Amino acid sequence: MINRLFAYLGKHLDRQLLVLVSALFAIGLMTLYSASNASIERVGAQTANLLVALTMMWIAANVPLHYLSRLAFPVYLTGMVLLILVALFGEVVNGARRWLDLGLFRFQPSELMKIAVPLVLAWYFDRYEAVLKVKNFVIGGLLFLIPVLLVARQPDLGTALLITASGFYVLYLAGLSWKFLVGVFLIGSASMPFLWSMLHDYQRRRVLTLLDPTQDPLGAGYHTIQSTIALGSGGLFGKGWLNGTQSHLDFLPERQTDFIFAVFAEEFGLFGNLGLMILFGLLIARGLVIAANAPTLFTRLLAGALTLILFTYVFVNMGMVSGILPIVGVPLPLISYGGTSLVTILFSVGLLMSIHTHRRLVKT
Amino acid sequence: MSRHVELRDHQRELYYFQMRLAVAGAIALALFLLLFARFTYLQVVQHDYYRLLAEQNRVQIVPLVPNRGLIVDRNGVVLANNFAAYTLEIVPAQVGNIDAVIERLSEVVTITSKDRRRFQRLLEEVPDFSSIPIRTRLSDEEIARFAARQFQHPGVEINARLFRHYPLGDIASHVVGYIGRVSEADYRALEVRGTVSNYSKSDYIGKVGLEQRYERQLRGITGFEHVETDANGRAVRTLRSLLPVSGNDLLLALDARLQQVAEQVFGDFRGSMVAIEPSTGGVLALVSQPGFDPNLFVEGIDPQNWDALNNSPDHPMNNRALQGVYPPGSTFKPFMALAGLELGKRTPGFSINDRGYFQIGGSGRVFRDWKRGGHGVVNMHKAIVVSCDTYFYGLAQDLGIDAIHDFIGQFGLGSRTGIDIEGEVAGLLPSQEWKQRRFGQRWFVGDTISIGIGQGYNLTTPLQLANATAILANNGRIFRPHVVQQIQDSQTRELTTIEPQPIGHIGLKPEHLELVRDAMVDVTRPGGTAAWAGMGAKYALAGKTGTSQVIGLRGQEYDEESIQERHRDHALFIAFAPADAPKIALAILVENGGSGSATAAPMARKVIDFYLYGTLPTQTQTVPSPAGEPMEVPAEPVPDLEPMVAPDLYSGSLPDNQAEIVTGD
Repeated sequence: MINRLFAYLGKHLDRQLLVLVSALFAIGLMTLYSASNASIERVGAQTANLLVALTMMWIAANVPLHYLSRLAFPVYLTGMVLLILVALFGEVVNGARRWLDLGLFRFQPSELMKIAVPLVLAWYFDRYEAVLKVKNFVIGGLLFLIPVLLVARQPDLGTALLITASGFYVLYLAGLSWKFLVGVFLIGSASMPFLWSMLHDYQRRRVLTLLDPTQDPLGAGYHTIQSTIALGSGGLFGKGWLNGTQSHLDFLPERQTDFIFAVFAEEFGLFGNLGLMILFGLLIARGLVIAANAPTLFTRLLAGALTLILFTYVFVNMGMVSGILPIVGVPLPLISYGGTSLVTILFSVGLLMSIHTHRRLVKT
Repeated sequence: MSRHVELRDHQRELYYFQMRLAVAGAIALALFLLLFARFTYLQVVQHDYYRLLAEQNRVQIVPLVPNRGLIVDRNGVVLANNFAAYTLEIVPAQVGNIDAVIERLSEVVTITSKDRRRFQRLLEEVPDFSSIPIRTRLSDEEIARFAARQFQHPGVEINARLFRHYPLGDIASHVVGYIGRVSEADYRALEVRGTVSNYSKSDYIGKVGLEQRYERQLRGITGFEHVETDANGRAVRTLRSLLPVSGNDLLLALDARLQQVAEQVFGDFRGSMVAIEPSTGGVLALVSQPGFDPNLFVEGIDPQNWDALNNSPDHPMNNRALQGVYPPGSTFKPFMALAGLELGKRTPGFSINDRGYFQIGGSGRVFRDWKRGGHGVVNMHKAIVVSCDTYFYGLAQDLGIDAIHDFIGQFGLGSRTGIDIEGEVAGLLPSQEWKQRRFGQRWFVGDTISIGIGQGYNLTTPLQLANATAILANNGRIFRPHVVQQIQDSQTRELTTIEPQPIGHIGLKPEHLELVRDAMVDVTRPGGTAAWAGMGAKYALAGKTGTSQVIGLRGQEYDEESIQERHRDHALFIAFAPADAPKIALAILVENGGSGSATAAPMARKVIDFYLYGTLPTQTQTVPSPAGEPMEVPAEPVPDLEPMVAPDLYSGSLPDNQAEIVTGD
C-alpha cells in the first residue's frame, strides 16, 4: 500500500535531479547552520521553506505538457498585471518598490516573471514553429523587454538582468541568427568607451570599485573585500566546518543569504568548491540532456532556458562573491537562505522533471 | 506543406537546437573553469596573503559621527545645537527573533508603541548589520537596570549619541529647517556629489532650510575607529582612531528676537514677512506662518504628527516667503512710478483729474478706481499717497507691458532672488512674449491696465517684494539676500564672512528716488493710506499699502464681515525705515487679512519699532474707524466682472483663465 503511494507520488519525479537537489540542499543547510552561528531556528525555518518548495516542485512535475503550454500566456499576463500593480501600489522596502501586500503574505511579482518569461516565449515560438521570421524575434524580444523595463524601474537591476538573460536564452535557442548575435557583441564592445563617457561619476566609481575594492572599503567595496578574504584564507582544504573566522567574527555581511558561498568556501576550501561546482555542473548537465531529448519545440526551449538560467544564478553569485562580477542581489540556488528563491528554483526543477517524464506521452 | 517536408524540418530543427544547446553548454563549462581558476588564484596562489588578512581581521572599523555645526543668530542666540543622550540599540543581524528581543527588553526599560513603530520603519530602511535604536534618551536608572542585565541580551547595546535640538521650537522653523535620516534619494544625490563616503545609511542629513543648504559646512568629516574584537565580536580595545572633524558653525544675519516679534504680530493670521538689511542684503527675519516644530523630525517624525502637518489646510510645511506667490497689488505702484519717471513718460508735475474710473482710449472698457468718485486732481506724489488706481491705469497704458516688464524686472520681481534657502519659486512678471508662450495669445491693452496696479498676471513671493523694497531703499544697489553672514571653522575658530557683494546697480536719478521716497513717507502720515500705522513714529517710515484680491465678486458690495474668511483679500505692506538712512526694509503679506492699511501696515510698524528701538508702538492696537481718515477701503467691483479664480498659492502655478481685475484698492 505504502509502496504504491510512493510509486504514485514519485511517478513524475526524475531520480537524478532529485538526488542532486537533495545533496545541494543538505550542503546548504549545513552551511546555513554555520553562517547563523549555529542557530537551529534558522535551519528549521529553511526546512519549512523546503516543504513548500517541494510541494511546488511536485505540482510542477505532475502538470501535463499540453496543459503547461496552455497556461503559458495566462501566467504571463497575470505576471504583467501584478507588475503594473506593484508599480502603482507596491510597498517600498529598502527604497525599492518590489512587493505586493496580499494581506496574508507579501509577494514579489518579479520573481514570477523569472519563470513566466521563458514560459511565454517558448509557447510563442512553438506556435510559429514552421516559419520563424525576423518579426517573431522582434515580438519575442518585446515580450521580455517590457517586464524587464518594469522590473528595472522598481529598481531591481539584479532581477531585471536575470529576466533579460532568460528571455535571451529562449531567443538564442529558438535560432536567433548568429550574425545578429555577433553583431550585438561587436557593437557592444565597440561602444564601451562611448558608454563610459556617458556614465555618471558615481556610476564610474562603482565600476572602479569592482576593479579596486580598496577605493571604498566601507561602502560598496566592503562586501567584496571581506568575501575575498574569506575565500582566500580558506586555502585548499578550508578551516573546517563551524571554524570560519570571517563569518563567525561578523565580518561577512549577508552571510546567510547572498554571500553564503563565502562561508562555505572559507570552511571547505578549494576542494569543497570543486565538489560544489561538480554538483551544480551535474544538475545543469542533466537539465541540458532533458532539453536535448524534449519532445516539442515548446518543451525544448523551456527546458533549455530554465537550465541555462540556473547556471546563470550559480555563475553570477559565485563570480560576485569571488570578486570578478559586480555585486547584484542574486542568491546561490538551494544554498542561500530564503523561501522565495527556493520556491522559484524547485518549481523550475519540477518543470524539467515534467518535461522529462511526460515526453513518452507526447510522442505516442 | 506536405507531411514529408514537415518531418524533415523537424529533424533539421532538432539538430540545430541541439547544436545551439551544445554551444551554450560549452560556454557554461568555460565560465565554470574561469570561476575555478579564480578560486585557485585566491585559495592557493594568494592563500598566504589572505590568511594573514583574515588573522588581522579581528579589527572592525566603526564610523565616528562628527558633531554637527551650530546655527546661531546675529546676537549669539542658538537656533540649532546638539545634545548627547544614551540610546538602546539592537543589531538585527546579531539577534534571532527581533520581536521576542523587544518583548524581553520592554521588561527592563519602557518601550512605547511609538518606539516600536519607529524601530520597524528603520529596520526596513537600514542594513541589518547596523545598530538601530529601539529607545532614545534613556534615564540614568534605565541605563543602570539594563547594564546589570546586558549579558542576557546579546546583540543589544547602549550607545551615547548626539541628537539635534532646536531650542526655539517653531520660531524660524522655515529658515533653519530640520534634519532626518539619509533616504535613498539623498544617498543617490550624495553619490553624484561624491561625498557619499562621509555618510552611513543610518546617519542624518539636512532636509530643509539652512540645514539642507549648508549641509556640507554643518556636517563635518566622519572619523573612523579601528576596534579589536573578541571571538563574539564584542569590542575589546581601540587600536587606532581617526577623530571626526566637527561641522562648522553658521552665524546668521537673522535676528532671532526680531523674528520672534515678527511671528507674534501675525497672531492667528497666516502669511509671510521678510525683513532685509538694505546695506548688506542680510535677511533679518523671514516669517512663514504657521510654522512647525522641527524637533518633531529629529528622531523620525511619527505618522500622526506627519499627517497633521501635511493635511492641515493652513499648509504649515509650506515656506510662504519663498514659495507662496501672490499678486503684489498696490505695493507695485512705487515701482511703476519710478518706471514712469525714468522712462520719461511722466514728470513730477503732471496731473490727471481722477473722476473715479479710467477708460481705454476714452471710450473703451472701464476700469474703476477703488474710491468711488475718484481723488480729484492727482499728481504722482498724491497718486502714491492715496493709492490712486486711475493714475496708474493711465501710466501703465502709456508705458506698455514690455517696458514695465523690463524696468521692474530689474528689481527682481518675477525671478528668483538667489537666497541661500532651497525651494524658491520664480513668480511671474508678465510680458508679451510670456503670454504668447504660455497661452498662445497676443497681449491686449486691457491686460496692461490691471498690471499697473499690481494685479492681472502679476505674481510675486513675499521675499521678492522685500528684496525689491530693499533695492529701492538702497537707491538701486542690489544685494543678493542671504541668511548666513559668517561661517566659523570648527578647528581654527576662524570666521569666514560671506561678503555682501553688490550684484548690480539700477541707474536711477536721485530726484526720482527722492520723489518716490517722500511720497512713501507721506503714505504713513495723515492723509496717507497707512496714516494710522505711522502715527507716533519717532522716525520717517516709508511704506506702501496693498490689497490683492483672492476672489472676484459679481455685482455685490464687498462686505468683509459676510465673506468667508478664506475668500477675503490678502493684505500687503512694504516699508523701509528710517527713510533717509534705511536700516530695515520689509514686505509683509497677511493671507485673507482684508486690507493692507488695517492689517498689514500696523504689523510692519511693530516689527520696525522693535528693530530700531527694541520696543513696540505705544498707541492702542484697535482697528481704527475709517471715518475722517483716508483709509483704504476694499475694492469696488464692476457689475460685468467675471468671477476670478485665485492663483494656486502652493504650487506656484498660474491662473489659467484670463482673469482680469478691473479695479484695485
